[in-house]
Amino acid sequence: MAVAAAAARVWGSSRGLGQAGLLLLRRPGARGLARSLPQRQVQQHFPSLDDKPQFPGASAEFVDKLEFIQPNVISGIPVYRVMDRQGQIINPSEDPHLPQEKVLKFYKSMTLLNTMDRILYESQRQGRISFYMTNYGEEGTHVGSAAALDNTDLVFGQYREAGVLMYRDYPLELFMAQCYGNSSDLGKGRQMPVHYGCKERHFVTISSPLATQIPQAVGAAYAAKRANANRVVICYFGEGAASEGDAHAGFNFAATLECPIIFFCRNNGYAISTPTSEQYRGDGIAARGPGYGIMSIRVDGNDVFAVYNATKEARRRAVAENQPFLIEAMTYRIGHHSTSDDSSAYRSVDEVNYWDKQDHPISRLRHYLQSRGWWDEEQEKAWRKQSRKKAAWAGASAGS
Amino acid sequence: MMDDVINQSVLWIQAGLGTKMGLQDKGQTQKMNLFQAVTSALDNSLAKDPTAVIFGEDVAFGGVFRCTVGLRDKYGKDRVFNTPLCEQGIVGFGIGIAVTGATAIAEIQFADYIFPAFDQIVNEAAKYRYRSGDLFNCGSLTIRAPWGCVGHGALYHSQSPEAFFAHCPGIKVVVPRSPFQAKGLLLSCIEDKNPCIFFEPKILYRAAVEQVPVEPYSIPLSQAEVIQEGSDVTLVAWGTQVHVIREVASMAQEKLGVSCEVIDLRTILPWDMDTVCKSVIKTGRLLISHEAPLTGGFASEISSTVQEECFLNLEAPISRVCGYDTPFPHIFEPFYIPDKWKCYDALRKMINY
Repeated sequence: MAVAAAAARVWGSSRGLGQAGLLLLRRPGARGLARSLPQRQVQQHFPSLDDKPQFPGASAEFVDKLEFIQPNVISGIPVYRVMDRQGQIINPSEDPHLPQEKVLKFYKSMTLLNTMDRILYESQRQGRISFYMTNYGEEGTHVGSAAALDNTDLVFGQYREAGVLMYRDYPLELFMAQCYGNSSDLGKGRQMPVHYGCKERHFVTISSPLATQIPQAVGAAYAAKRANANRVVICYFGEGAASEGDAHAGFNFAATLECPIIFFCRNNGYAISTPTSEQYRGDGIAARGPGYGIMSIRVDGNDVFAVYNATKEARRRAVAENQPFLIEAMTYRIGHHSTSDDSSAYRSVDEVNYWDKQDHPISRLRHYLQSRGWWDEEQEKAWRKQSRKKAAWAGASAGS
Repeated sequence: MMDDVINQSVLWIQAGLGTKMGLQDKGQTQKMNLFQAVTSALDNSLAKDPTAVIFGEDVAFGGVFRCTVGLRDKYGKDRVFNTPLCEQGIVGFGIGIAVTGATAIAEIQFADYIFPAFDQIVNEAAKYRYRSGDLFNCGSLTIRAPWGCVGHGALYHSQSPEAFFAHCPGIKVVVPRSPFQAKGLLLSCIEDKNPCIFFEPKILYRAAVEQVPVEPYSIPLSQAEVIQEGSDVTLVAWGTQVHVIREVASMAQEKLGVSCEVIDLRTILPWDMDTVCKSVIKTGRLLISHEAPLTGGFASEISSTVQEECFLNLEAPISRVCGYDTPFPHIFEPFYIPDKWKCYDALRKMINY
């Protein structure tokens, strides 16, 4: 019989099995062979006549042609966006149709952050604070993602996510208190500037070592899942930190332990002076997600609506399905790495200017607002004056 | 000769572990070895604290040293689970659980493999509360790891890395000498509001057996125990080595008529300086012994502090009998470890100083 012949091929003719033997083979369930196996070894139905790979480590087909898989870096994972560089909605069905009040809050958070950054950068140059890191160019990544979360969602950051706190209404006075290390600092003056933390706003205190927050965020997400808290944990990191072992650890744990977590990578082109071409050779960070079994997307980080939409959907599904999501937000670090850095040593002023002038999250949103009739030059002038005054006052009091 | 060494080890472990005093008022007891005592502590913790979870490599089926046998079936797969093979991930993940206030009990399969997690322990766990101004902490994290020589472990299954962690303010480091001590100290670590590392002497997992209360109880941290009083020499050790120095104390009494005070340090960080110094003020002589290499080993810290505090009381230089400054060998283990003869010899030199 053909089946017996097939069995002989698999088992060798010396172990020829009769008809009864074949019937046993077909039903490795409650009776037959499975009974003789250790209880736990139920992964493979053994043996099979279909000649499929039986390895516990991967489910795949056989192939008999030697061919290496080519990493696809020429046309990698596409970049999701909602607005064009002029702030116009491209596909109306992707417009989140957020109310005016909310979009104005986006705008004011981003611009206030920008203003505070200028004041604090200057404060360092004047010797009033020891150190500072600006967020120029990345305001969209902070605000778009923060707006898509619940206020109680736990945030683990790296150090360039102040806009998340800003969106959650962390007062300027407390930002500055931390930078000055004055008696109002909730962190009790123990850390360098920009190492913010706020229990009330569910923003875990920043630490200097990179990527250490990644596996921690995964643990927090696991605990949230166990507590049925309906909370997501979001974990921010840069494309440079993503090279750390802790990032690999975090991704793998999140996937295997089924944690409701959003991994948010700010790919801003540089890790201090190291450009992405020296940081990785694959297709960025988004392409790593599938390697871990993680749902992944790449978005235009300078498009606050794209960031919002992706984060919103990731949040919904992460909590509903208890699985991690990876969002790689492409953006550009317009400022220096920190006040200890002069980036003209490793990149051209032209490159920086392009991003500042042609593709900035704040201007794109401003164009959107203006085209909707929700903002104009006069309001812009008044707000600039108001926010500068606010930030300057906070700065002066912090230092006194 | 090897057989003698191994037989001797088993004998002195079984010959009374000196904790009969501790059994009063702790209810029903059961004969347990050290790994069973650990299981009992973990069982008590998971029963009492619904947020407590145990995780690490291979803990689900019961663990490579059987410390977690039965717990997954009893408490569920969301509470006792395997992680991928990644120590930095295990500790980082544990920190994250603890940050939310839940109790995290992480297992590192061998203390020799704790080093990938060194950054998470030293730079993160130890500093979490301080750096945030007490806004955040990971106090409900406990890390457990098998520790110390086992007869055939060689470089990577025998290490005693407590000295690396002793240099890190913000964590606690604890080493038990027996099943009864292990359960009480582990429960204290789990309850303690600071991240703790609990090193379990693996050679004692099966070899050490005694009556251990079934119900939970705690033994205070940072309290050394004087397990035998004496007047001429103070002997200090922790973990397995406590049994070696107890035997050295008998030898000294029998052969030299020397009365030794034997102290089990129990907590390495923060350590009980008062008990040790009080003893040295009485005896005037101190011998500290550990398997870990001599240079930078924890005996050096004890020695330094004692000479500061008790200088004029000392009759002889402080003696340290430790492992050699080499990696931990395989076939040469019997020659490497600070056995009773080396300790006795050092004690004799101190007496005759």
